[in-house]
Amino acid sequence: MSVRTTEEDPARAQRFRDAALPHLDAVYTFARYLLRDPSDADDAVQECYLRALRHFDTLRSDDVKPWLFAILRNVCRVEFGRRSRVQLYDVNAEPEKAEGAIPMWNETQDTPETEVLRKLDAQTIQQLVAALPDVFREVIVLRELEDLSYREIAEIVSTPVGTVMSRLARARALLREAWLKTEYNEEPAGRQGKRAGELQERGT
Amino acid sequence: MTCEETHVLLHALVDSELDAGHAREVETHAAQCPRCAAQLLDYRGMHAAMSDPDLRYQAPASLRARIENALPTTALPVRRASAPGRRSLLKGFAMGSMVSTALAACLVLFVVHTQEDQRVVGDVVSAHLRSLQGNHLIDVQSTDQHTVKPWFNGRLDLAPPVIDLTAQGFTLIGGRLDYIDGRPVAAIVYKRRAHVINLFVVQGAGPGNGATKEKLQGFTVWSWAWLDLDFRAVSDINPEELQEFGDKLKAAIQNGGS
Repeated sequence: MSVRTTEEDPARAQRFRDAALPHLDAVYTFARYLLRDPSDADDAVQECYLRALRHFDTLRSDDVKPWLFAILRNVCRVEFGRRSRVQLYDVNAEPEKAEGAIPMWNETQDTPETEVLRKLDAQTIQQLVAALPDVFREVIVLRELEDLSYREIAEIVSTPVGTVMSRLARARALLREAWLKTEYNEEPAGRQGKRAGELQERGT
Repeated sequence: MTCEETHVLLHALVDSELDAGHAREVETHAAQCPRCAAQLLDYRGMHAAMSDPDLRYQAPASLRARIENALPTTALPVRRASAPGRRSLLKGFAMGSMVSTALAACLVLFVVHTQEDQRVVGDVVSAHLRSLQGNHLIDVQSTDQHTVKPWFNGRLDLAPPVIDLTAQGFTLIGGRLDYIDGRPVAAIVYKRRAHVINLFVVQGAGPGNGATKEKLQGFTVWSWAWLDLDFRAVSDINPEELQEFGDKLKAAIQNGGS
């Protein structure tokens, strides 16, 4: 497709600017979590905005943010999947394999029910999320950090809402497991008194 | 409800995606099952911990600049589009087209009315944005409708209905006095997940009419008139959810809620 003259239209560019630029930090955050590399994230976000501008006229709804996320996710998977330092799953090609590889509930067996999650600093939480497999990382980032509804996430990752729910359940189970492990690793017995406060008090 | 079902549904509970009936079922199960209760508690803790703004990244200034530079620049200010449209429409009438005078009058009335409406919608969005900046979201902070409603006594010449929609997934968090179109209005504040919904209530011309919904600057504004009150809800949540809020509010008010 040749470059259309509408792309030069200042009024259209202004509309795009007003609609898309307020979401730049959110899109960048998604890119950072998807690609786990600042300079790749930079490039992906720029490419995402260029594509978004090109296809701005095809946007039928006012939900600009999910639309940008969908474009970004596509850019990340297609353009950056191969050369990313960490191999990305082709999520949609092998969903069964990707999800089947991690048992869903085994954490409930070996995690004592009396455990209480400790407070972790933001950087540690970022690392835990970054360590999740792609299928699970993207849904938890879209849900917890970007505050999207299940329906919006389903559209972005092109799966039914039920799949989003089960991926999110697994994502949280994995994250909880990692969260509990982190506490043990980083807290030798002698430092127990210096623990940050508990996230919540468990009722008796 | 079994543990298996609960394992999936408790996430929907944490995410406020569950209807009241299922939410009750999950909570009932968790009350009897320590393992599910522990999970629910942890997931809620994780959910709260991840609302920390430090988990989000800020786009570098250089990236923002690169994207800005890639866009064609505008010399003219925004919002030129609507004015010439209206002028040419009127010019069309003045030139004595086939349109009858009566029809033309109706159309002009419609255009003028629409613009008036548009201005108020713009005002509603501005008031919403204002409320999110600084610390003036709430004058009276309470999740109790019987605390919020009396607060408006003596501050306004109307008694706005204050409806608690917490059970429907929209948490009442308080109220404040605001100004729209130069008039004092009641602002009742709700939360849905991390989103704020401002509900403005103002004396209207009456009689009531059907609800409408429009978008402005990425916000949705839901408008509804009932008896002699005008309601306008504004938020950045997705339009369907604001519609749901509107529907529930409408039903509660029409059924004689306070």
